[in-house]
Amino acid sequence: MRDVAIVSFASAPNRRTDLRNEVEILMPVVQEAVARSGIARPFDFTCSGSSDFLQGTPFAFVIALDAAGAWPPIAESHVEMDGAWALYEAWVKIQAGQAETALVYAFGKSSPGDLPEVLATQLDPYLVAPLWPDSVSLAALQARAWLEKTGNSERDLAAIAVRSRRDAKANPNATLSGDFEIAKLLAEPYVAAPLRAHDCSPSCDGAVAVVLAAGDRARGVCKRPAWIRGIDHRIEPHALGMRDLTVSSSTRIAGEKAGVGNGAVDLAELHAPFTHQEAILREALGLGAGVAVNPSGGALTANPMMAAGLARIGEAASRIWDGSARRAIAHATSGPCLQQNLVCVLEGE
Amino acid sequence: MARLCAVAGIGQTQYSARRDDVSIAGLLREAATRALEDAGMDWPDIEAVVVGKAPDMFEGVMMPELYLADALGCSGKPMLRVHTAGSVGGSTAIVAASLVQAGIHERVLTVSFEKQSESNAMWALTVKTPLQASVVAGAGGYFAPLVRAYMNRSGAPDDTGIRVALKDRRNALKNPYAHLRDPNMSFDTIASSPMLWDPIRLHEACPSSDGACALVLTSERSVRKTKYAPAWIHATSMRSEPTQFAGQEKVNPQSGRDCAKDVYKKAGISDPRKQIDMAEIYVPFSWFEPMWMENLGFAPVGEGWKMTYEGATALDGDMPVNCSGGVLSSNPIGASGMIRFAEAAMQVRGQAGEHQVDGARIALGHAYGGGSQFFSMWIVGSAKP
Repeated sequence: MRDVAIVSFASAPNRRTDLRNEVEILMPVVQEAVARSGIARPFDFTCSGSSDFLQGTPFAFVIALDAAGAWPPIAESHVEMDGAWALYEAWVKIQAGQAETALVYAFGKSSPGDLPEVLATQLDPYLVAPLWPDSVSLAALQARAWLEKTGNSERDLAAIAVRSRRDAKANPNATLSGDFEIAKLLAEPYVAAPLRAHDCSPSCDGAVAVVLAAGDRARGVCKRPAWIRGIDHRIEPHALGMRDLTVSSSTRIAGEKAGVGNGAVDLAELHAPFTHQEAILREALGLGAGVAVNPSGGALTANPMMAAGLARIGEAASRIWDGSARRAIAHATSGPCLQQNLVCVLEGE
Repeated sequence: MARLCAVAGIGQTQYSARRDDVSIAGLLREAATRALEDAGMDWPDIEAVVVGKAPDMFEGVMMPELYLADALGCSGKPMLRVHTAGSVGGSTAIVAASLVQAGIHERVLTVSFEKQSESNAMWALTVKTPLQASVVAGAGGYFAPLVRAYMNRSGAPDDTGIRVALKDRRNALKNPYAHLRDPNMSFDTIASSPMLWDPIRLHEACPSSDGACALVLTSERSVRKTKYAPAWIHATSMRSEPTQFAGQEKVNPQSGRDCAKDVYKKAGISDPRKQIDMAEIYVPFSWFEPMWMENLGFAPVGEGWKMTYEGATALDGDMPVNCSGGVLSSNPIGASGMIRFAEAAMQVRGQAGEHQVDGARIALGHAYGGGSQFFSMWIVGSAKP
């Protein structure tokens, strides 16, 4: 495998409602990531992640080319997935020797719709979607199963939310942050039992961009590149009845293939849109108590749909660059109840 | 360095206006099962799956690959979903090939599809978004002015488009999977069909189809002994440009020219018309054959129509184009690009049956999408590159 590193990352502020359109949100983010990378355009490859269903129009990604810059024409591709998978496609291109540098971006604007309802259209169109089970209700089924199996309590879940929101105070792009008391959070009503508002990620608008470079190109522009030592992704059956929702087998496999266990882990940025999912992911990746999880505040404080997974990779890379971590794990998820998961292992030199 | 990648298995569904006999998952399995069989493989042999399709609104399922994971045997495996507009079938094959070329996987299944009977594609393409120009009345409404501009610039005879349509619809009679197979289709039937988007007539336009296409792509060492030797990927390329800006060349777009130049260079092709034996290109409206002949460098600018007129692009011409009947005869949008790539591979494998070009050894697969702004191409050969 070739040495490939993340050398730059930028994120838009994750507001609940950003009145700018997708191109307006994305353009400054791409420009910032490109400027920080120190790599001049054109990139050998560009790849993005987004979803038509958020924008409510076909070919929603097409207009984003105006933000990315595609003149003269560029080598470019798009996945209808979280941007973390766009990063994977770019990494593959570099591995195949077809590129040395790549720009990866993702964007999602959830505010025009009701995101949990929109996500119901991801479900089996014949047997499940007609019932319109929203994403929060499905996550609640998973949370209930997990609580009953592990003996953990709703208080344990609230503690995850309190920690995330406290950590997010240092993240200027977080949708929400601050100091909260567990007792007060537990006094709030359920959204879908056993989940309360603090257990669920806030819906928001956002965009992120990342620049990748191979070998000496990365060393030439970045003092301490965040090297991708392993990256893998796996999917599980879609039918919820086919899965044990209390564990994440696809995360476990992806973690093993990416080599999570090959060394000590300093921190992990886990894409957990719900509190209980952080606990499930921690277990699937075998992360001990000493691992700092989601120092950025994680998806519980900023979850731009289609971009939050790529943001995890960017946040983890940031901590390699500043020397606060030597080895970091980044994770992205997609689909109902953690159906599909990607794991990336980053290291400083 | 990149490893060799072989097209070891190809599967297509029956294309038709409405495949009520299968679910979306059933449609994909029909193509995938045939591709696996062709490659001499079974589901457990596959390491990763790459799915491609055009806008999710065509079926009303958001990111349907999530739901398709079960039917495509993906449990515990990696799955990717590509969407690059109309070029997606081609781009999807290229992404799948890069997984093999990078040495990450040995055997990859890639499937692309559209079940257009679930919605109305023309109106799905006409959504008016705030602050964006509407494409108005589907793809035909968008492309008709480009065709008219080409006619004015080139001075091509008005019936060039009719001749393309007649050739492709006749070729479709030799393709058992084709959607439109009308043995009575004649020059007059096409010429007298209703004008949909002047100058594009009904029978010069592609149909809306249900269908899927699948490929099994493997490394050199994973090729199995089957009836047909594999096709070898000699080169792939993708290029994109913005939808519109002042002064943009839309009739002969630079992204298409750049993409062709790049794929020829990688494949060691200096004279495409001589060195390439046949091409399956994305022609959703008849006039795009001469337009793309020029864009692809098969004819000088302004003279692409002569290739059609002189019969060069016919099955027995010197540069056969769309021997399968092309997009004009079958158009499950998300799969249409992959069908071009697959048909090119079938030709160099000698697998194309009645529409086989004798002795085809090097073939071009081509797809485009958006407002003539996304291009994907591959060159495949019967011999290793």
